[in-house]
Amino acid sequence: MTLNDQLDLPDYKHHTEAVQARIDELSAREVVLDTQDLGRRFDSQKGPVDALVGINIEVRKREFVSVIGPSGCGKSTLIRIVAGLDLPSTGQVRIDGSPVEGPGADRGMVFQGYTLFPWLTVKKNVMFGMKMKGLKSKTAEASALHWLDLVGLAKFADHFPSQLSGGMKQRVAIARSLANEPRILLMDEPFGALDAQTRASMQHHLLKIWESVDVTILFITHDLDEAIYLSDRIIVLGAHPGRVLEVIDVPVARPRSQEQSLTGHFLATKRRLETLIHGTGGSAATHAA
Amino acid sequence: MTPRKTRWFGVREPLPARHRVWLTALAFILPLALWCAISYIPFLWHPLVLVHDPGDTSVKGSHDYLSQGQLVEREVFEQRNEFLRAAGAKLATGARANPIYLSAPHEVAQAFYTAFTTPPERRGDYWLHESLWHSCQIIFWGFFYAALFGLPLGVLCGTFSLCSRLFEPFVDFVRYMPAPVFGALAVAVFGLADEPKITIIFIGTFFQMVLVVANTTRQVDPALLHAAQTLGANNRQLLRHVVIPGAVPHLYRDMRILIGWAWTYLVVAELIGEKSGISAFIYQQQRYRHFDNVYASIIMIGFIGLFCDQMLAWVGRYLFPWESGNTGLAQLAARVRSWFGPPRAALEDAPEGST
Repeated sequence: MTLNDQLDLPDYKHHTEAVQARIDELSAREVVLDTQDLGRRFDSQKGPVDALVGINIEVRKREFVSVIGPSGCGKSTLIRIVAGLDLPSTGQVRIDGSPVEGPGADRGMVFQGYTLFPWLTVKKNVMFGMKMKGLKSKTAEASALHWLDLVGLAKFADHFPSQLSGGMKQRVAIARSLANEPRILLMDEPFGALDAQTRASMQHHLLKIWESVDVTILFITHDLDEAIYLSDRIIVLGAHPGRVLEVIDVPVARPRSQEQSLTGHFLATKRRLETLIHGTGGSAATHAA
Repeated sequence: MTPRKTRWFGVREPLPARHRVWLTALAFILPLALWCAISYIPFLWHPLVLVHDPGDTSVKGSHDYLSQGQLVEREVFEQRNEFLRAAGAKLATGARANPIYLSAPHEVAQAFYTAFTTPPERRGDYWLHESLWHSCQIIFWGFFYAALFGLPLGVLCGTFSLCSRLFEPFVDFVRYMPAPVFGALAVAVFGLADEPKITIIFIGTFFQMVLVVANTTRQVDPALLHAAQTLGANNRQLLRHVVIPGAVPHLYRDMRILIGWAWTYLVVAELIGEKSGISAFIYQQQRYRHFDNVYASIIMIGFIGLFCDQMLAWVGRYLFPWESGNTGLAQLAARVRSWFGPPRAALEDAPEGST
């Protein structure tokens, strides 16, 4: 018996009126990203390995969707395929209904490792995508300063990345992606390398940005609390082969705060995720699968 | 607080700053001290005897060829004196000396000056400064052409698998052929003047350079390429805005090392065809048995190399401010820009070439 079992938790599928209203509103929105029967097979020495099979997901406009799963479930492969950095073996990825071929500026990405260009100042990093599009320097610069202001780093515009802390680097990376005005922002465990405190403040920061900017986010993580705290929906992947186990509508009301992590809906969702991912977190039988 | 006791043999432990300077000095002082000891302390080595007075030269037999100013083996000198003593004749005198090829430090120090002021022994020979200047030119042009072709080819090989497959195997094959073997061919094709020498330097550095540059280019973090792709960079932009700026500081370091290789091939290059430059000077001085000049010239090459390398290192700190934190050049560029036209936003002062 774990502590969770003794708690009287609501069903994670139970939604309060406010939450249900948001879910209904979201499901009426246009689909920005969808995948159709997406599969990825790798050839290993022991024969072919299916990293992903039959992945069908949808992300709607201005939705915050997380993908969570145990290591080896192919969540990074999934986001790399969506970004166009890897090719699917079967199926396709579509943005606004048209299939994608290769990487493009419509799908911005923030990586787990630090990927700022070390030879460019913070400002020029943010200007990078706009310069690639052929925007004038002045326009790009004004825009870059705006985005840096949004992530609270305008003061550091002329610093080199090597002069910033890990959290600051990731904020610049977010600004750099957003400055390109992508249809969807892909985030591959962007806070994975940060310490717990920085991580918590980055999560808070990301929600604030997401609320103030017209952007759709697909977020990869293996941190259950992070997924619940940030997302509208959580796509749970299972491993061997990587497949969708369940898509959970997060029953926690917005706006979110860290204190909500002790509410019944939050804990119920967390317990469900634990059951799905680790096969623990109390008897699964109490919940309809 | 007492400073921690210095651990002289800590595995991969840095030494305190106060010890670093004198240790560096010692690195040069120790060999110099050894040289001085061998040169000035007679009983350490001095295997020869410089004959001051050959003694009674009329006594024939055993080594009667001794003459004044001659350098002979100590054993020979002693046998001669024993012979003279037995004959009751006047003994030879002399002082212990080192072989002529080991000049003493003060002689070499003097040669540093006199080598420049001594006119060439034969008409048509070159002064030392002319020789040195000639050598520098050969190095420069040889290395210039190697870099002119080697850098772009290496970057292409490091960027595109197609180029790598197409060029690298052959380059790797030629690399194993010692550059000097092309000497005769280079003379046959280019004649006796400077062209074959430049060709040897080129061959010696170009093929190495292509492989080194290709490898360095491949080291550029693929995550940066992925990031650029998701920011919408196309193939050409990836090369120009990510691969090249990402590799340039490391390529610069490679070039510094490769210039050293060029100096290695210089000696071979200068001795083919018509001998020239510092190598010809050294060769000639050795024939006249002016070993002090030989040492002085060799040390001068060392100094020129060290000087060039330190200069390049110093320039590099300004060229790549994101690695050194030195934004001097960027500030200068901003000031120069402010002279022309109205000042732009004060933030527009990133280093040149970074846009």
